Amino acid sequence: MKKKMTRRRFLKRTAVAAAAASLPLSVVEFSWGSGSGKNFTFAYISDSHLTHIKGTKFVRNFDQGLKKAVTECNFMSPKPDFVVYGGDLAQLGKREELDHGLEIISRLRHPVKWVIGEHDYYLDLGRYWQEKMGKLNYSFDHKGVHFVVLNSILTYEPWIKQWKTPQERMANMARLDNPKGSPFIVGDLQIEWMKLDLAKVSKDTPVVVMSHSPLYKIFKPWNFWTDDAEKVQNVLKHFNNVTVLHGHVHQIMYNQIGNITFEAMMSTSWPWPYPVSYIKKPNQVPKLTVMMNRADPFHERDATGWSILDMENGRVTNHYKLWENKDRILKYDDKLGYPVDTEYQAPASRIPPQDHY
Amino acid sequence: MVKSLRNLIALVVFLTVAASATLFADEFSKKDVEKWNKEFMTVVNQGEKLFHSALGTNTVSCDMCHPNAANTHPETYPKFQKQIGKVVALRDMINWCIQNPLEGEPLKLDDPKMIALEAYITWERKGKPLEPGRH
Ligand code: HEC
Ligand SMILES: [Fe+2]
Ligand SMILES: [Fe+2]
Repeated sequence: MKKKMTRRRFLKRTAVAAAAASLPLSVVEFSWGSGSGKNFTFAYISDSHLTHIKGTKFVRNFDQGLKKAVTECNFMSPKPDFVVYGGDLAQLGKREELDHGLEIISRLRHPVKWVIGEHDYYLDLGRYWQEKMGKLNYSFDHKGVHFVVLNSILTYEPWIKQWKTPQERMANMARLDNPKGSPFIVGDLQIEWMKLDLAKVSKDTPVVVMSHSPLYKIFKPWNFWTDDAEKVQNVLKHFNNVTVLHGHVHQIMYNQIGNITFEAMMSTSWPWPYPVSYIKKPNQVPKLTVMMNRADPFHERDATGWSILDMENGRVTNHYKLWENKDRILKYDDKLGYPVDTEYQAPASRIPPQDHY
Repeated sequence: MVKSLRNLIALVVFLTVAASATLFADEFSKKDVEKWNKEFMTVVNQGEKLFHSALGTNTVSCDMCHPNAANTHPETYPKFQKQIGKVVALRDMINWCIQNPLEGEPLKLDDPKMIALEAYITWERKGKPLEPGRH
């Protein structure tokens, strides 16, 4: 939990603070952690979309986002147990982009867990990623919590096979508003694997699933959508305590479906409009979500950021670290049975920039 | 005599004008409408292509941040932009995004590309009531 910084705490951290002199104070007082028992903290960085121009040139704006997240993560105190990278490290899946991302992320002083995104996958169907980052789906246990990582950005074979070149396939998946796009799937093979993996896990073990796409259906025209989400949810419904963390949507978004809590992670590169602001197609943006502030285009890091996740008794408290903007905190409410924004959940407490149209 | 001649000329002029309907600005056929709409949609489609291509120097395109031109809010212009300190037009914000996220050169305000971008952006918002000045 985030505590007020006392003078003593501050002095204890002066070494770090001095090193961080050029950073705003909020950076060095992030999350003090509870330190007790099985509680722990991890961080989540996602959707950096590093874009290769040519030679050694990359889009400056997007580089800045990832670099900033990495620097801030390194100043977390106490240290996070690990950092998750949530996918879409690259823009067009190029080796140059993945290598560039790996180089920036190598400056992180913490272990990294990798989740693949569609922008990393559709050029070579995940080959380079597997070589450099490892498996596309896997699970691990950490301090009493069972983590499952899925490759949720697969799609149907005929779509994959219809393109003349890998570049054409990648470009068509990369375009969000592509009428020729194709919805994501986890696929039966992976769902079977997940069933087997979870068979060893007791019902009261907290389960955290990490995928790139949301494992529920929000807006098909922009692929805020996983076509076989219900099948995945079905496998998860036997557990008392399940959280799905995902990237891809580049915005604050959260939902509760039955026993499953869903939370979107921020993007470090750019924010996306909420589907409610595209008036030609109906959407299923969760009613529970209090939207983030509409971005100010004059501040390129506005409405981007990363997340600190405090795990307490198997429930996540999500500190959205929003650059150029006030942080938002999302906490699971045991009595209500769903996550709430600690400041803005009540309709009366909302502010005009949260109105998207 | 002079008077009746003048009347006759007036009548002839009237009949000539009435006979050639194309001289009236306020009459057009369904076929005309179809033709004009086709012209309009050609420009919308040009705009859609521009919106989805690298208009600047860094390969970045508008649709990356504005899928279906969402969050461009054309119906709210002209409006006060606090960072510019005055009331600006949609074109000014289009140029702003070309110069900044796309790291490109601004378009002339009457450049056909600018008109095409506006046509696409407003077409995606078709049906939304005008709300000039809204934030
Ligand atoms: C890297 C992301 C990014 C790119 C690329 C980008 N924009 Fe923007 N743009 C923004 C953001 C963020 C805003 C603020 C959104 C809002 O007002 O909710 C914005 C605002 C705008 C606005 C004003 C919207 C309003 O509500 O007043 C217009 C018009 C606009 N952009 C047009 C364009 C055009 C045209 C292009 C391509 C030439 C483009 N943008 C490319 C991020 C981007
Ligand atoms: Fe993304
Ligand atoms: Fe994505």
